[in-house]
Amino acid sequence: MTAAQPSSTAEARRSPGPWRTAAADLSRNRSALAAAVVLLIVVTASLCAPLYAAHIAHTDPFQSHVSGTTVVGGKTVPVLTPSSTGLGLGVTPIGPTWDPAHYFLGADNQGRDVMARLLYGGRTSLFIGFTAAVLTCLVGTAVGVVAGYAGGVVDSVISRVLDVVWAFPVYLLAICLSVVLLTNGLHLGPLTVDAGSLWLPVTIIAAIYVPYIARPLRGQVLVLRNKEFIHAAVGSGAPTPRILRREVLPNVLPTTIVFVPLMTALAMLTESALSFLSVGVQPPDASWGTIIEDGLGLLYTRPAVTIAPGLLIALTTAALNVLGDGVRDALDPGARLRGGV
Amino acid sequence: MSRSTRRGALAAAAVALALTAAACSSAGGGSSTGPTASSSGSGTGSAAFQPQHKGGTLKLVAHAAAGSFDPQVNYTLQYWQLYQSLYDGLLAFKKVGGQESFTVVPDLATAMPKVTNGGKTYTFTLRKGVTFSNGKALTTDDVVASFERIFKVSSPTAGTFYNGIVGADVCLKKPAGCTLPKGVIGDAKTNTVTINLTAADPEFPYKLAVPHASILPKDSPAKDAGTKPLPSTGPYTAASYDPNRELKLVRNPHFKEWSRDADPQGYPDVIDYTFGQTVESEVTAVENGQADWMFDAPPADRLNEIGTKYASQAHVNPLTAFWYATLNVNSAPFNNKLARQAINWAVDRSAVVRLYGGTNLASPACTILPPGFPGHVDSCDYTKGGGTTWKAPDLAKAKALVKQSGTAGQQVGIVVQDDDVNKSIGQYLQSLLTQLGYKATLKPLSANIQFTYIQNTKNKVQLALTSWYQDYPAASDFLNVLFSCASFHPGSDSSINISGFCDKGVDAKMQAAIRTAQTDEQSANQQWGAIDQDVMAQSPVVPLINPKIIDFTSKRLGDYRFSKQFYMLVGQTWVK
Repeated sequence: MTAAQPSSTAEARRSPGPWRTAAADLSRNRSALAAAVVLLIVVTASLCAPLYAAHIAHTDPFQSHVSGTTVVGGKTVPVLTPSSTGLGLGVTPIGPTWDPAHYFLGADNQGRDVMARLLYGGRTSLFIGFTAAVLTCLVGTAVGVVAGYAGGVVDSVISRVLDVVWAFPVYLLAICLSVVLLTNGLHLGPLTVDAGSLWLPVTIIAAIYVPYIARPLRGQVLVLRNKEFIHAAVGSGAPTPRILRREVLPNVLPTTIVFVPLMTALAMLTESALSFLSVGVQPPDASWGTIIEDGLGLLYTRPAVTIAPGLLIALTTAALNVLGDGVRDALDPGARLRGGV
Repeated sequence: MSRSTRRGALAAAAVALALTAAACSSAGGGSSTGPTASSSGSGTGSAAFQPQHKGGTLKLVAHAAAGSFDPQVNYTLQYWQLYQSLYDGLLAFKKVGGQESFTVVPDLATAMPKVTNGGKTYTFTLRKGVTFSNGKALTTDDVVASFERIFKVSSPTAGTFYNGIVGADVCLKKPAGCTLPKGVIGDAKTNTVTINLTAADPEFPYKLAVPHASILPKDSPAKDAGTKPLPSTGPYTAASYDPNRELKLVRNPHFKEWSRDADPQGYPDVIDYTFGQTVESEVTAVENGQADWMFDAPPADRLNEIGTKYASQAHVNPLTAFWYATLNVNSAPFNNKLARQAINWAVDRSAVVRLYGGTNLASPACTILPPGFPGHVDSCDYTKGGGTTWKAPDLAKAKALVKQSGTAGQQVGIVVQDDDVNKSIGQYLQSLLTQLGYKATLKPLSANIQFTYIQNTKNKVQLALTSWYQDYPAASDFLNVLFSCASFHPGSDSSINISGFCDKGVDAKMQAAIRTAQTDEQSANQQWGAIDQDVMAQSPVVPLINPKIIDFTSKRLGDYRFSKQFYMLVGQTWVK
């Protein structure tokens, strides 16, 4: 007995802790690692958009070049070529040249470099997706924890409000809010968001997904509230904010963290859908959704304008989902056995 | 009028008519001498009926229906085109291709009216033997009732085209009980109809030749007939109409051709108009022979295919219309003339032509009156190097003017329709304004609301993209309608003078031109040409392009004819 005691203490001292264990688990998950690498590449490339536009493509991706020219194979050619055959109807933008300095992926109907816009679009889409996801998770966690811990009238009121928001089809709600707010922007007390600002889609997307975070977390807190350590904390006279901060939050935080990549993917898809419908990101800003919309009128002649951002959206959201699954498995190994969060 | 709707014209045209004064000379106003543009691939002149082509079903397709089928209510190009084979007025535009289609000819009247009383009284003799599709004979009572019905149903042009009829002022105030005892007088004994105007109106024959002046049975409902088609006098009648699915026109069993110029008999037995397809699928349907004609403009990415693989089935015709950007002269930054002129110098019209579909579908515009239109004079105030036609933008000059105006850095909102072409031109303008130093934002709105939205001053629109298509071939239909002080109605959705331009000097010149037109059309057109340049010197708008139209038809469709007034003559095409 006596000999075993120091040994047990030493083992406890060597224990890496839940976060380090989770990181180690995550680093052993090859799928999650591959997804992380893909995300890293996409994020790095998007962050380098200004460098690409200014120093490689030498173009302003937000300025029309309808009457512009470029060089292909040493020859100067128009960026938008009027048809010269038959009745000479229509104008076709230059297609992919595979030359990074001259319209690598071709031009859109404004004569803008699709590659440069894709990179800038990535910055916008990733910014909106990540920011909206973080906002959703922060607000959703706060609402869920308060509702679950307070119970009674507070829980009833919050839950009914969440039910009402949940009852709306999410895209329909997002479209309605966007259409209304795109006219004059958002003015809610001290909160003011301009109509053309990227923060408008961020706010809308964050708001519509709050119930998706708050409801499961509320359920988790309802279970936690009846645990012995919470009763002990209450019995010891700890104030409620301290209990929430020290006892409840640390126990729901892994769930919130698992939600971040998954919500980022969801927010990016929603942003793309809204922008595709012209009620998300507004010109001259570009996102992958707006680029798909720009390419819709070129589907028969220049499908790359639509396909390229579509592929990037698919790739990025798939990577985020795989990474999210990996994070979940790492933070809650039991969930893997149960088959879900 | 705009391409999809003619609603815009009414308010402005009312103003134009209200300002019309003095005497007019008989029916001379009906024939235009100005237009010279030719239609490609379109037949011209009246052709003899070829019985071997009679029969079959002509299949038309459109993305959407155009609302009410009531000819005194509907104000769209889509149905005005069809009405040419259904409804008749006392007068009509000649049903031929080319320049002659601007000529007004007698239709339900036996001859052009006798004009007396200093141009204020028109007397028509009604044709005998004309029968409605419901079997009832046409009488002078029908004519009187039809003019009263224009006001009872609050026809879009009641207050603009027909407000000069004696008694119209009362009818406009109390439409339900409208009577025109001194304005439109029918005499059954002599089979004549007399129309009295409060003032001479040289454009009145044109107004009698458009569908809102169609003659309908006297027992027609005194309200919008909506989806229940009214009996017609023309070669076809509507058998059924479901705006969500289909419009079916069949032969009018009581029709006997009385004037090949005014209302010739048609070739197909049935005209089947289907709604609800996407524009892409319309193109495919015509290519595959499943449809004979599509109403909508083909999408940009199918133009090359149509122009090469299906060139023989594509008919391109110039339109007497212009696309333009309005600059709000009453609010910053465009209350500064230098800022307005800067935009005119900066806009690359050839870029807009490309965005519209290329040089074979549009040409750069410098003037308000389209080329070939009465009064048009080749001139171009805002082109690099000067000259009478547009050559290139002068961005350096534009930037200097913006600097001189002190408006750089100001916010400019651009309001456009949300279809591909309008939006891409809007994006170009946004890019250009940013280059000039403004903080430009783009606001695409549904076509259903954009046209009225940009007219209302309450919406504080600074720059809008819009277009104007002629109602009838007269310079006043552009200049007086779009730029007279009387066309500017602050706070109203019907303020077709979208720029809010009101120059007393220019206004006086327009009134003088209207007066001159009553006696000397040629001199009046010269005056209109000068007024066009006067307006452009102040730069309330930026003329962008003069568009053309593509009619994409099936391989089997024959005898394609393009009327400059009402476009493809649907009933005159054959499919057999």
